[in-house]
Amino acid sequence: MIPPPFEYVAPKSVPEAVRLLSEDSEAKILAGGQSLLPMLKLRLVSPSLLIDINRIEGLDYIREENGWLKIGALAREASLERSDLVRSRYPLLADTCRSVADPQVRNLATLGGNLSHADPANDHPAAMLAYGAQVVITGPEGSRMIPVEQFFTGPFESALQHGELLTEICIPVPQMGSAGAYQKFERRVGDFATAAVAVQLRMDPDGTCAEAAIGLTNVGLTPIKAKAAGDVLVGRRPDDEVIRQAAQLAAEAAEPMDDQRGTEEYKRSLVKTLTVRALRTALARAGGGVQ
Amino acid sequence: MKTYPISLTVNGQKVEANVEARLLLVHFLREVLNLTGTHIGCDTTSCGACTVHLNGKAVKSCTVLAVQADGGMITTVEGLAQNGQLHPIQEGFHEMHGLQCGFCTPGMMMQAVAFLEENPDPTEDEIRMGISGNLCRCTGYTNIVKSIQYAAEKMRAERGQSEPGMEEMVR
Repeated sequence: MIPPPFEYVAPKSVPEAVRLLSEDSEAKILAGGQSLLPMLKLRLVSPSLLIDINRIEGLDYIREENGWLKIGALAREASLERSDLVRSRYPLLADTCRSVADPQVRNLATLGGNLSHADPANDHPAAMLAYGAQVVITGPEGSRMIPVEQFFTGPFESALQHGELLTEICIPVPQMGSAGAYQKFERRVGDFATAAVAVQLRMDPDGTCAEAAIGLTNVGLTPIKAKAAGDVLVGRRPDDEVIRQAAQLAAEAAEPMDDQRGTEEYKRSLVKTLTVRALRTALARAGGGVQ
Repeated sequence: MKTYPISLTVNGQKVEANVEARLLLVHFLREVLNLTGTHIGCDTTSCGACTVHLNGKAVKSCTVLAVQADGGMITTVEGLAQNGQLHPIQEGFHEMHGLQCGFCTPGMMMQAVAFLEENPDPTEDEIRMGISGNLCRCTGYTNIVKSIQYAAEKMRAERGQSEPGMEEMVR
């Protein structure tokens, strides 16, 4: 399959990329390209210009700073997956990276691209909802930071305006007793999720849950934050009954549709089971000294 | 038709060309450079038959533009053997009957080499996850895994890091 013709430019800085982007309403950003290239080949998109940001130096960082884990727009899935910092302190993110497609795709694919593409079937949006992450958006007027909850406005639609580029993802540095997990059910390895559940929680030393947030993948037109499911855990000891209640609420928050991956009923049932598994994994990790 | 000059190193050789922005890396390799060892299978980023190394990382060349490789280093299956000597992974596929029809083999070997660079002493499960982006429609995975185990042991031995008991893994 051959993509439609387009022009190509590889700017060396973010301001240059933003200028090029704001000058051409039909331009698209090329980061890892692992969603964009397939869409070009299927001719689902036909941009006039591809702005390749891969030549911008210093945009692939993964570091803790001022209470945030800051991830640059060009940090690859593979780099996140291998990062000792991510593996030791951000198990939900590490789980999620490992769930994305396959090793070759993860060598190029970026977290920034995964979010910007705003595909409700993508894995990271639910994880970022559970983390309470923020994204930094850079445009002609400068940068703004918004909660990821405000970022996903529809299927393949985000809060990015004309001329704007997602430049950084910020995850709150976990406090003592925090842990998370991502549980994905897929027809075969590397597929999009039939359904998946992201959990991030914090346990108090007395064994009650201090904070909990749950995100759902591919069971709605956008990624879903199952707020009631997280809230029911807070202030309680997460015993089997409380976990069951949270799982039930997560299943009720899902808005799945029948498709080739399963029926609406099946997917709702999956969300329930995956929520139980994700909560149990996160709780075991929180108890196991994983921050 | 607008073209863009690119300059890159393919299997150790400097290559320069003017290409359309939309030209895929796999088409550049096969049709411009005539390196047809890299196969086009699914053409949808699933099967991994087109896997090559771009700056040392395994990528699916059907999902990369040739212009993105400008200034880069590419290794294809044609670049695995050195001075007429098969690479350990090629020897492994030969010795352990790692191929049936052979279509997936170039991509399978390129991914295996990149994987073993990172994980020189993998478990069987790790190998299977390592090649999860490569499909063999003959379903010959058992012998593909054995081939990779063969190569892993040989590469470790070549590096002088052979561990006792490892020879048992390959029968």
